[in-house]
Amino acid sequence: MSASRPITRRAFAGGALALALGGRSFAQGFAGLGEAADGFAQVTPGRQFVFPADHGPHPEFRIEWWYVTANLVDAAGAAYGAQWTLFRQAMTSGVRVEGWANQQVWMGHAAVTSAATHHVAETFARGGVGQADVIATPFQAWIDAWQLRGLDGFDAQTVAPLELKAAANDFSYALQLKADRPLVLQGDHGYSRKSDRGQASYYYSQPFFTVSGTITIDGKPIGVTGHAWMDREWSSQPLAPDQTGWDWLSLHLPGDEKLMLYRLRQKDGRENLFGNWITPDSRSTEIAAPGNSITPTVTTEIAGRKLPTSWRVTLPERGLAIETTPLNPKSWMGTSFPYWEGPIRFSGSHSGIGYLEMTGY
Amino acid sequence: MSRAFSSEVGSGSREENAPKQESGAPFRSDRNGKGSRALWILAVMLSHWRRHPMQLATLLIGLISATALWSGVQALNQQARNAYDRAAATFGGSRTAMLVGKDSATFPQKLFVDLRRAGWPVSPTLEGRVQIDGRIYRLLGVEPVTLPSEVGTAPAIGKAGLQSFISPPGEMLVAPETLHDLALTEGARPQTNGVTLPPLRVQPELAPGVLVVDIGIAQAILKMPDQVSRLLVGKFKGPHATLESVAGDRLRLVEPSAETDLERLTDSFHLNLTAFGLLSFFVGLFIVNSAIGLAFEQRLPMLRTLRACGVSARMLNTVLVIELVSIAIVAGLIGLVCGYFIAAALLPNVAASLRGLYGAQIPGELSLKPVWWLAGIAISILGALAAAAASLAKAIRMPVLTSAQPQAWRQAQRRWLMMQSAAAIAVFAVAAGLIRFGDSLLAGFAVLAALMLGAALILPMILEIALSLGERIARRPVGIWFWADGRQQLSGLSLALMALLLALAVNVGVGTMVNSFSRTFLVWLDGRLAADVYINAASDAQATKIKAWLRERPEVEAILPGGRADTQFGGAPIEVLGLPDHATYRDNWPLLESSANAWVRLRPGDTCFVSEQLSRRMKLGLGDRIEVPAPGGTWPLEIVGIYADYGNPKGQIAVNFAALTRHFPQVPMTRIGLRVAPGKIAPLIAALQQTFGLDDRNVADQATMKAESKRIFNRTFSVTAALNAFTLGVAGVALLTSLLTLANSRLPQLAPLWAIGLTRRRLAALELLKTMAVALITALFALPLGLLVAWCLLVIVNVKAFGWRLPFHVFPLQLIELLAVALVAALCAAALPVARLARMQPASLIKIFVNER
Amino acid sequence: MLRVTGLTKSYRTTSENVAVLRGVDLVVANGESVALSGESGSGKSTLLHLIAGLDAADSGEIRLADTLVSGLGDAGRAELRRDRLGLVFQQFNLIPSLTVADNLVFQSRIAGRHDATWHDELVERLGLQSLLKRYPEQLSGGQQQRVAIGRALAPKPLLLLADEPTGNLDEDTADEVLALARDLVARTGCGFLMVTHSVRLAATLDRQVTLHAGVIA
Repeated sequence: MSASRPITRRAFAGGALALALGGRSFAQGFAGLGEAADGFAQVTPGRQFVFPADHGPHPEFRIEWWYVTANLVDAAGAAYGAQWTLFRQAMTSGVRVEGWANQQVWMGHAAVTSAATHHVAETFARGGVGQADVIATPFQAWIDAWQLRGLDGFDAQTVAPLELKAAANDFSYALQLKADRPLVLQGDHGYSRKSDRGQASYYYSQPFFTVSGTITIDGKPIGVTGHAWMDREWSSQPLAPDQTGWDWLSLHLPGDEKLMLYRLRQKDGRENLFGNWITPDSRSTEIAAPGNSITPTVTTEIAGRKLPTSWRVTLPERGLAIETTPLNPKSWMGTSFPYWEGPIRFSGSHSGIGYLEMTGY
Repeated sequence: MSRAFSSEVGSGSREENAPKQESGAPFRSDRNGKGSRALWILAVMLSHWRRHPMQLATLLIGLISATALWSGVQALNQQARNAYDRAAATFGGSRTAMLVGKDSATFPQKLFVDLRRAGWPVSPTLEGRVQIDGRIYRLLGVEPVTLPSEVGTAPAIGKAGLQSFISPPGEMLVAPETLHDLALTEGARPQTNGVTLPPLRVQPELAPGVLVVDIGIAQAILKMPDQVSRLLVGKFKGPHATLESVAGDRLRLVEPSAETDLERLTDSFHLNLTAFGLLSFFVGLFIVNSAIGLAFEQRLPMLRTLRACGVSARMLNTVLVIELVSIAIVAGLIGLVCGYFIAAALLPNVAASLRGLYGAQIPGELSLKPVWWLAGIAISILGALAAAAASLAKAIRMPVLTSAQPQAWRQAQRRWLMMQSAAAIAVFAVAAGLIRFGDSLLAGFAVLAALMLGAALILPMILEIALSLGERIARRPVGIWFWADGRQQLSGLSLALMALLLALAVNVGVGTMVNSFSRTFLVWLDGRLAADVYINAASDAQATKIKAWLRERPEVEAILPGGRADTQFGGAPIEVLGLPDHATYRDNWPLLESSANAWVRLRPGDTCFVSEQLSRRMKLGLGDRIEVPAPGGTWPLEIVGIYADYGNPKGQIAVNFAALTRHFPQVPMTRIGLRVAPGKIAPLIAALQQTFGLDDRNVADQATMKAESKRIFNRTFSVTAALNAFTLGVAGVALLTSLLTLANSRLPQLAPLWAIGLTRRRLAALELLKTMAVALITALFALPLGLLVAWCLLVIVNVKAFGWRLPFHVFPLQLIELLAVALVAALCAAALPVARLARMQPASLIKIFVNER
Repeated sequence: MLRVTGLTKSYRTTSENVAVLRGVDLVVANGESVALSGESGSGKSTLLHLIAGLDAADSGEIRLADTLVSGLGDAGRAELRRDRLGLVFQQFNLIPSLTVADNLVFQSRIAGRHDATWHDELVERLGLQSLLKRYPEQLSGGQQQRVAIGRALAPKPLLLLADEPTGNLDEDTADEVLALARDLVARTGCGFLMVTHSVRLAATLDRQVTLHAGVIA
């Protein structure tokens, strides 16, 4: 009965997990997603974002997440990754009801990656009673003992400073996130297209976090610093039924430039590439040139599946041609809906660090 | 020497018998291997049974009855245990660690949230009772998203299922039996007290009688918003704060126990069944033992001949074991089939008993696991081997040559008697120690077992003393022979007599207990069911209407409202019963102990009566003060009375009805008792039924209630009675087979008497008389033993098992009846061999002199 | 064929050691029939039992053909009895639950040496045709002993051992049974060693030896 089956972030976006799970669970669990968003609000272009209100939940939309990935190094220069995700899913639409009759089900994922290890944990909660929720002011997102919380001096425009905490049996972390640049609207002013048939989401990010804190792996605490990236996204019907999977990259480029890039794969083998190029002044531009491409170079077998864990990325219009390699090719998220997510580094015309997420394999 | 086998004289065909002589194995001659040799030897062994079918029948009957009764009882136990497991698997019975309120009351669900946020993997449940169509069901609210996956075989709800389960109107999961009980179909929405329940959905893994809904829906139905009964604790998935730092002293951790609540409660019942099964099993083995003993004795010359003809000792022993195991397998299979039918026949009564006594729901359809069949065959084989152990050992040690040294039987018998008596005294000492120091149900049964074992062991000595007394008193030679010969027979008969003794003693014991209970129960029932008519309304609203209607009826002398609330005390659920302040109760309600003016003191609501079970369990006495959790806060009460509450698995306290409704405002007011003018009862019930659409379940007169209670009561002990009868029957067979066994070996002793002029008829009469005398002595010894058994059952076992102590009554008529039954059994058992003796051809007796070696 | 050398055997009673055999030497040649006599308690039966491997000697040797009987264990001695010896007892020792036919073939069957032709001849010579379906208890003593002789000879043993085979029979029957035995022994060519206290019967065999004070006189 614990088998509630909420969704991973990009699982719904790609419809990818349907294939990963033999099409069964996903089709059962989220049959509603490809259909008309009965009673839920629609994502349309031209929305005016309001902060801090938009940091809080949007229960009129079916699905929403708060997502943080961090590229970290310890004093000796060894690299680590940390991930913290809170998903919200509404079972029915309508005005928020308090108590057990609340319509929301929440799911949390947390992970820590090193070159040798990758630890994952997940948890679930019903909304309405306080076990999990998000409040815009003072900003706080939590599920069980895991939380993402605004600290003193919290600025709604930078979504900082933040405290990020999660703990499981074999790992934990407590990180402070700071940023002095404003958050960034992705896609077209926050309207992020997922297909050419109208599927879309609202999407903004804070890619400029600097991080310090402690991660603990197998009982050993490690002091770390680094960069973090927060994604906020919500939608009611973000997927086209024939979209099978999704490869997503967030890259910290030299000179405080950032690149967000994702490829949606379709059943018929076609693919769509979307992305935004972000300058240090938080200006975000959609990249949509025909010559852009991302191509797998190395595949790794994990959990009985073959995944492309290294990539070649080419954006001729930006003069970018890089090769990415994972910190740990076995960054497999063996959660109720499994996927791959882990820190990467890249070199070529540009070099730096980032995160890769792949679903639908 | 190669010429030896080719016998130039003989015409022996070489191809058949001329072996190739191999070096080192000069006379290894056989083309057919060990296997076929073993088959030949086995065939020779089995030829004995063909010539003695009665012996084989006896052996088979013994093994079959042992296996049948044992596996029948095991089948019943297994069936019940499966049902308990099913109940326990319903969302964390006692198999899951849990947090409960310090005072066992419900607590705010905020504690659940606080604990989750402190890293505790807890899941909330809320439990209560609802009444549908006059019947009470257990309502269980669960939270499927946090429910630990290791909580038993919790029903799996897919994503779509989860949504429909938790989203209004939700779903109410029930076992198929419950759906049948409710006489509704899936999707129907029953009502409770004016509230419409969620649509029904069948979940086959659930225990019957439980309704499972989402916790939010349960809170609404039970009108307990934001309240939680228990938090189930899953596997810890990370660091967590201490319980005290989160919940202070409001919650208490209950560690999981491997035993379910029902298993604990019903232990005594199953122990009782098992004890009977074991007893029958041993009695059956007595038969097997005597049959095998005889067969071995008779086959000893055959075994010697086989050895002389070149069968090695090892081969002979192997074949003996193979023979025994084959017989045991055949008998085991037949016994299992019989056991299945015994279990199927007893199951309805067992189920009724368990429901009546403990509220345990056992499905009426017998379903058995393969392991049951295997275990049955195994027990048959092991039993046969155990019963044959002495004979097998004798065969293994048997020298090929007869050492014709007749044993001085009298000396051997004396040694044997002394040893058995010493063992008996040791066993009695253990029993005495257990009575003195033991304090558990198991100790109670151990006392019983020790008593019986000791009595069985000392029985031959008692018989020996009685018979030698007879010998000393006897004057005439035949009389002296009569007693002396009886003594010589003792060692052969003693096993059968022990079986008879045990069966009789258990019969006396159980019979006395049941009769004592019956007498006490009936008197108690008269006091308890004092009202003339009992009504159970469908809802509070209907109850109000009924009461208004009743007030207009002149023949109604008193309306006695009743109510019952559930709470917890000492970590276990208890009932709080509301008694109206009325003469009907004051005059009739039976109290075992009470303070002065107990009924008057009950009125203000600060005192209570407690049930005997609860007072024993919690060691409560008059004048003690207890605190009972109630919705408005704890309710302090002083105990002013203790009453018997036979057959109630839960502890109970009784308080003033008005006080109950003050402290438990949610109590359904649907139970009403009435005092009605004599002769007006039937028309009033008819009018009630017609006016309010009540059926027989919802309105009943006192006589009906009493009849129903007695019916349940009788069923409770019908299984015991049935097993009792079986055991006695098996003991009878044991006696018969022992006598048949002896009859053959006794001819040498009888032939000389016949030769010196006693007629066969006279001899037969003497034999019969002797058997009856021995049986009578055994039965007379069984009576005090049986009363002792009854005393143990009433004073030790019942108190530990059920929590009540019954007065000990002796029922002389029952004892005389049993004595008669024992003698008739002995008569039947002795009749066949004696009749054979009376009809025996003189030639057979003459032959004794010829053949006697 | 049978060679007994320096055989001794004593029994321990509660008070003393009784030496029954004090160094017995005895030879039975192929096809030879030997009568062993002696007074009661002279150890005739004991000697026979030792040769049959039913009991173990204290010292000395028993050799049957190329086998040292006194060196065999229980299984070996059982095999010896089964395959190479025939035993006939005073008490007949037939198996009461088997018919005459089954008693007859029993030893040859378990020895794996059943020979149908020889069996038929035995039945005919022993005059058992009409009795095959009967049980031992339905036979007279002479008939029972004939069956026992048939059983012992059915596997064509090397040596037939008989312990007072006619002790339970009247004189006429005894003569008749013994004649049959001698005849059949001659047919098979095996050796024959018979314990008897009857001088008359002993005289009918090839050779007579007497056991006295634990040695062959």
